[in-house]
Parts: sequence; structure tokens; C-alpha cells
Amino acid sequence: MSDVTRMSRRQFMKTSALAAGGLMLACHLPLGRRDAAAAGEGEFAPNAFLRIGTDGSVTIIVNKSEMGQGVYTSLPMLVAEELCCDWKRVTFQASPVAPEYNHTQFGPIMVTGGSTSVRSEWNRLSLAGAAAREMLVAAAAQEWKVETAVCRAENSFVHGPGGRKLDFGSLASKAATLPVPKEPKLKSGRKSLLGTPAKRLDSPAKINGTATFGIDVQAPGMLTAVIARPPVFGGKVKSFDAAKAKAVPGVRDVVAVDAGVAVVADGFWPARKGRELLEIVWDEGEGAQISTPAMREEFARLAATPGVVARKDGDAPGELARAARRFEVDYEVPYLAHATMEPLNCFVDLRSDGCLIRTGSQFQTVDRAAAARAAGLQPEQIIFETTFLGGGFGRRACPASDFVIEAVQVAKAIGKPVKVIRTREDDMRAGFYRPQWHDRVAACLDKKGYPLAWHHRIVGQSIMAGTPFESMIKNGIDDTSVEGAADTPYAIPNLQVELHSPKNLVPVLWWRSVGHSHTAFVMESFLDELAHAAGKDPYQYRRTLLAKHPRHLMVLETAARKAGWGKPLPKGRGRGIAVHESFGSFIAQVAEVSLDSKSQVRVHRVVCAVDCGRVVNPDTIKAQMESGITFGLSAALYGAITLKNGRVEQGNFDDYPLVTMEAMPKVEVYIVPSNEAPGGVGEPGVPPTAPAVANALFAASGARVRSLPLTPDKIRNAKKKG
Amino acid sequence: MIVFHVNGKEQRVDVTPDTPLLWVLRETLGLTGSKFGCGEGLCGACTVHIDGRAQRSCITQVGDVQGKKVVTIEGIPENHPVKTAWLAQEASQCGYCQPGQIMSAVALLAQKPRPTDTDIDSAMSGNLCRCGTYGRIRRAIHAASGKASPKGGKRS
Ligand code: FES
Ligand code: FES
Repeated sequence: MSDVTRMSRRQFMKTSALAAGGLMLACHLPLGRRDAAAAGEGEFAPNAFLRIGTDGSVTIIVNKSEMGQGVYTSLPMLVAEELCCDWKRVTFQASPVAPEYNHTQFGPIMVTGGSTSVRSEWNRLSLAGAAAREMLVAAAAQEWKVETAVCRAENSFVHGPGGRKLDFGSLASKAATLPVPKEPKLKSGRKSLLGTPAKRLDSPAKINGTATFGIDVQAPGMLTAVIARPPVFGGKVKSFDAAKAKAVPGVRDVVAVDAGVAVVADGFWPARKGRELLEIVWDEGEGAQISTPAMREEFARLAATPGVVARKDGDAPGELARAARRFEVDYEVPYLAHATMEPLNCFVDLRSDGCLIRTGSQFQTVDRAAAARAAGLQPEQIIFETTFLGGGFGRRACPASDFVIEAVQVAKAIGKPVKVIRTREDDMRAGFYRPQWHDRVAACLDKKGYPLAWHHRIVGQSIMAGTPFESMIKNGIDDTSVEGAADTPYAIPNLQVELHSPKNLVPVLWWRSVGHSHTAFVMESFLDELAHAAGKDPYQYRRTLLAKHPRHLMVLETAARKAGWGKPLPKGRGRGIAVHESFGSFIAQVAEVSLDSKSQVRVHRVVCAVDCGRVVNPDTIKAQMESGITFGLSAALYGAITLKNGRVEQGNFDDYPLVTMEAMPKVEVYIVPSNEAPGGVGEPGVPPTAPAVANALFAASGARVRSLPLTPDKIRNAKKKG
Repeated sequence: MIVFHVNGKEQRVDVTPDTPLLWVLRETLGLTGSKFGCGEGLCGACTVHIDGRAQRSCITQVGDVQGKKVVTIEGIPENHPVKTAWLAQEASQCGYCQPGQIMSAVALLAQKPRPTDTDIDSAMSGNLCRCGTYGRIRRAIHAASGKASPKGGKRS
């Protein structure tokens, strides 16, 4: 537990103890102190993000959730660069939930998402560091009775005339008394820390087992619960008999909550054993009707009808009607689970006048508000602590706050601190998937073989619909459904993109790279088809169509060159290329694949070029590209959530496989030097991977597979069609 | 009462013998470094050493480790070459799978001090990483190769 939160925890415990003791005090959780990370005795706390101790220690308070992307390093680097402190003195703390830590662009909520952590905090954190530096310099100048202009900060010291110097620690108390500069000036000249591969501050805790994830939270008197959930979406408990479950040693209680029936026990194992013995009669409702084949048919039918127009340049339908030769195909991608390595879980200690929640959330303000509603408290009465997240990928930013609400309801029902844990199967089957999509695309070519018209219909559920973000749907268009297609950079004179947003009971959610995860596959695969149809090299074809987009071009050319595009390959191997912009970053990938004797795709190598603008930590960027590629590969090769009689057919990693060490290709990442505004890196590595692999599969085998995942069955079928 | 050794210390636990070792480690003994990922032996997040061999503690009943020696991530010394290599390669991302990865790697190197890529594939393919740190893990294992203490997983 961090010091920042220890403060609030202590207050919580104190208050709760008073309440429990029956003292007639108005013992609300003290508000003021909890609004921001509290400063300790003698500490220099110039703003919500920074504490400098009298010992010179620098603590940087991070308002973004750490889920692998390295924010506990990249964000401190932004502060430390301007503070001019010794990086070795820097540590991090997770921020509490408070307005000071709200997202700078997404409105009044604390959230980690949209690959925005670095880009949205760059200015605020740089200024936070600069302000503190100016105060430390001013403190030293006063000490020496000289002008601040003759003093400068470097490596945790302020240097003055005549070789005098004072370290930050000895200046901390004095600096704390000085006014905070209104307009701090950023350093000019070379950066000392930004752009360097500084070591991750969170690595040591992650390799010795001390990093606390939500599932590791323990507390005195804590019980553990698992929930029996309806077998279909929208299902409800009709009745249940808990007698056998309660007979399991260690089971303490069985309670009904909105999510199902919770078995509460001394530990996970008795809870799980108890759950197996529950006898529940479910009211399945219409959810039992859902099946993947039927849904695919429905989507295909919709794709044949006009949708809401998301982009219209020229007259694509007209040109297509006149065309001598038109290409028309359907692309499909399935529902996908986030499958974070750490299954969802949440710890709740609910008292009459306050509540402590510890969990791995990307959506703190929203989750806290939902918890407050479930608990019957005000949000400010809830201390919401962010643990390490064993993966997020969007799943832990759920507008429905499903895993938080259910834990609060269990805690309320049993009146004891409790941690609700989902088994892998619970996690996999409880919904909030990347939507299933069906795309119908038609195109015709001009005389030179380039697209003259492109008519694209997208069919799939809206992520925003039915959430508090519904107002972002404008004129029937949820941008996250069409991003990456409606805003394609390719020079296509007649372009029309339409959208159908059918509704059904399967809960959907943003999944690492959101709409781009499907649009890039369709755009980049179909463009590849057109290049081949025109008898042109797919790489050169893209270059021509992106002539006005230098950043696309640069990554495309870099990836092609590094991959040896056009050079001979061993027999049976093929190369595929894809380029896609998302989240402010530009990425091209070249995949090299072959087919094994069972028609399973083997990916041997992926070369990735990225332009994400100005760089904080190049090693983090590489790691995020490697990560996105692996994530994209699992989706390209294996991932599918399917339903039969409303039941999700997958449950664990045997039927929802991930790429393994053995299947992992060699990955090379090249960062294209750039002075542009910073872009995101958490998500943009994902979209180009599936199309690069599918295009390589075509190059290697002649099989054009237009549906993910690229399974041996589909490959064999596509080969037959030839 | 089930008696066994964890990280060199004798432990006596009073739990039903069918309880998976993982939950005894995590909940009874408070050693939360070993993680729950699948509960079915499919992901490797719960990997520990039992009498020197990498095993999935989520499918190992505690009754079966009676009298045996268990080493968890908490029992790997801070200066172990595998940990050093992990840090140098910045292998961790979210970190959730990493204790299990490290336990598999330590066991591999104890058995094969200079593993080939094929050895790494077969020893490590049961350890899933959703964050995609495989390339770095492979490099870290190679970097630690020849340096790991022969027994591996010695107590600090
Ligand atoms: S939790 Fe044991 S192998 Fe997955
Ligand atoms: S580091 Fe996140 S699952 Fe491996």
C-alpha cells in the first residue's frame, strides 16, 4: 500500500472504528484531506503530482492505471525531466480518485484509456515538474541572497554562483513556503531523460512477487466470494437451493445479487466448491435464443441493405453500377474476449458511513460512482484504491462497472469485507466483448488499376449505445464502429461508408484498439486484394495511394525496407504488409508466414515501424509494439467467442487460445524519428497485425481468408476456391 | 494437518487435502506472488517448484505435497541470475504472468544450463503472457544461461 493511500486508509479505519463503537459523532470521512494525495510532514508538495522529501526523495503520483504499458515510468519521466532531479531518487505512487487526477481531455473522470496517458498528461506533468524546479531554485536563491537567474537546477541540486550548490532535500522545506509559479517555464534545450530507455520503476516489484494486484488484496476478516452467473445474457435467478453449498466446510453464506448467486467462504476453494453444489433455477429469457450462426446470417442480411452514411465522397454506388468489373466481398470478425491474465476481481470493505474498494480499474470515477449507488453512499465516502492491473485492454474500463457493483452488492449482503474473484470461465463468459463485425465492401478500379470507388457497409453493435457515453453517437454514427474506415487516408475519389448498429443482449466493450481492430483488417486486406487484382505490388500500391500522407509513407517504407520487401524468401513463405493510423500514431507491419502440414499459419517474423511522435521512453514503445503484435496475433490466429443457445462456447485457454512462446514470431520494432505531437502506443500496434498476416498468408499460399481467425478449415476452403 | 516446506520453512496447514496448493500458498500462507490465471493447468501463472520441478500449483492438491519442498517466487533470491536478466531485458509488462514465467525459467536453467531455442519453446510454452513479453523472456533466458545456480530456486 502506498503512503498516499495509507493516509486515507488510516482515516477510514479510524472513522469506522468510531462508528462501530457507537459514538454519536458525525463521523463522515474527512473530505478535504482526501481530495488529493496527502503530503507528509515537512514534505514539499507543490502540486497533486509531486512530493519531495527533506531527504531528497522524489515521489511522483501517477493518475493512470498501470496495466503493462509502463505509466509508472513514462509519466514520472515527464515530471523528472522538468524537475531536473536525479532519476535514481524517483519513486511512484498510484493516485487516489480526486478531481485533480481527472483526465485532461475526457471530461471530469479519472480514466486510463484511448492510448492517451502520455499525450494527455505531457503538458500538465511537464509543468508540474517545472513549477517545482522554479520553487527549488527560488528557495536556493533566497538562501544565497542572489538572483534566481544565476541559479540552475541539475540532477537534484541547485547550483549557484561560485560553485555553491544545495540539494533538493535540503531546499524542500523552504520551497514549500514559496508561492507556486503561475506560469512555469519549460526547460529549453536538450532533454536529459526523455528519449532515453530509462528502466521501468515497477519492474522489481513485478518480478519478486510483491506487486499487489487486485486479486492479491487481503484484509483482516476478509471473505472470498465466487458468483454463479446466469448461463445466458440477461438471465435471472428464479429460485435457488443453497443447502448443499452451505454444507461445504468453509462456506459462510450464500446470497443473491444482481449478477447471480454468490457463495461466500473463507477462501476461494470452498467458495468454488460450494458454487458447484448450488441448485439454481434460471429464468433464461430471450438470451437463450442467441446463436452465432444466426447472428452471422442476420448481419449478412443487414449488410445487403443501406445503412447510416458515415462518409460520402463522390458517388461510389453510381461508379460501381457503371463499372465493367467490380469486386465485392464480405469480411467477418468474431466477438473477442479481453482475457486479461488476471481474471476480474474486486475487494470491498463496506461500512455504514464509508467504503474501501481496492481493485484494478481503468475507470475509477465511473466505478466509484457505481459503487456509491450500489452501496447507498456518496462517491466521496468511498476510498477507491487502484492496484496493479494484471492486464486491462479496455476490460477494466467498463461503463457498466460490472465487477465493482457485484462486489459491493455481496459486501452489502453479508456485512463483511469481501473479495469477489472470477474464475477464468466466469471472466470469459460474462461478456463485454469486442463486437462481432460483418463488413461488405465493393470496389472498382480506374484505368491505372487504382480504386475509383469503394463502397463499404459495416454491421455490428455499437459500444457506446446504452452507456452514459451514448451522447457521443452523432447522427446515428458511433465513431468507434467506423474509425479506421470512414477516415481512411487512401486516395479514393468515390468513397462511401455506411453503418448498421444492430442491438442484442451480448455486452460489448472497447477491446484494445476498439474499432480499428476490425476496420484495419478489412481495409488493409481488401486493398491488398485490389492491388493483386490490378497486378501491382501491394507495397507500391499503398505508396501511390498514400502519396499525400508522409507519416504513413515513412513507416510503410521503413517497415518494407527492414523486412527486405521484394527479396526472395524460402519456398512456402510469403510476406504481407499493412499500415494503419490510430490513436495519433502511424504503424506499418510486414509479416512473414508459412503454412504447416496441418494448414495452420506459422508466423515467422513481424517487422514493425512506428511513428508515435515525440518519444518519452523508446524501450516502452518497443515493448508496447511487441505487445500489440502478440495481442493481434492471438486474434488473427485463434480468437473467437461464439454462442450456442445463448451460451458462450469458450471458457478457458484451451478453447480460447493465446499465442505461446513456441508460436511467437521474431519481432523487430523500428521507431521512426519524429518531432510531431506525441501519439499513443498502447493500442496502435494491434490493428496492422491481422491484415499483415492475412496478406502474407495469401502471398504464401494463394488463400485469401476474409474471416478471422485464420483457422486451418478456412484456409483449406479458401485454397480450394483458389 | 498437512506438513510441507515452503521456501525452506516448514509449514503446517489445516485445510482439506483437495485444496489446490495455489490457494494454500496465496490465502493460508499469504504468499500471493504465485498467481491464479486459469485454474486448469493451462496458463502457468501459478508455477512453483515442487522438489525442484516446475509444477502448476492450481492443479496440485495440497495433500500431494505432504513432506515435499515447495519453492515460490518469494523464495528466489533477489540476485538470482534469472531475475537480473529479467530486469536487464525489461521483460515485465503488466507483470501478472511473470512470477510463473520466472519459476519455469529457473527450473529450465537448473536442468539445462544452456538451453536452445527449442528447449525454451518446450519449457516455456505452457506459460501464457497476454501482454506478449515472449521475445524478451527468451532473451532473458539466454542472458541468464550458464549463470543460473545449478539447483535453481535456492532460498535467499
Ligand atoms: S492458474 Fe495454474 S496453470 Fe493457470
Ligand atoms: S506481463 Fe502481462 S500477462 Fe505477461
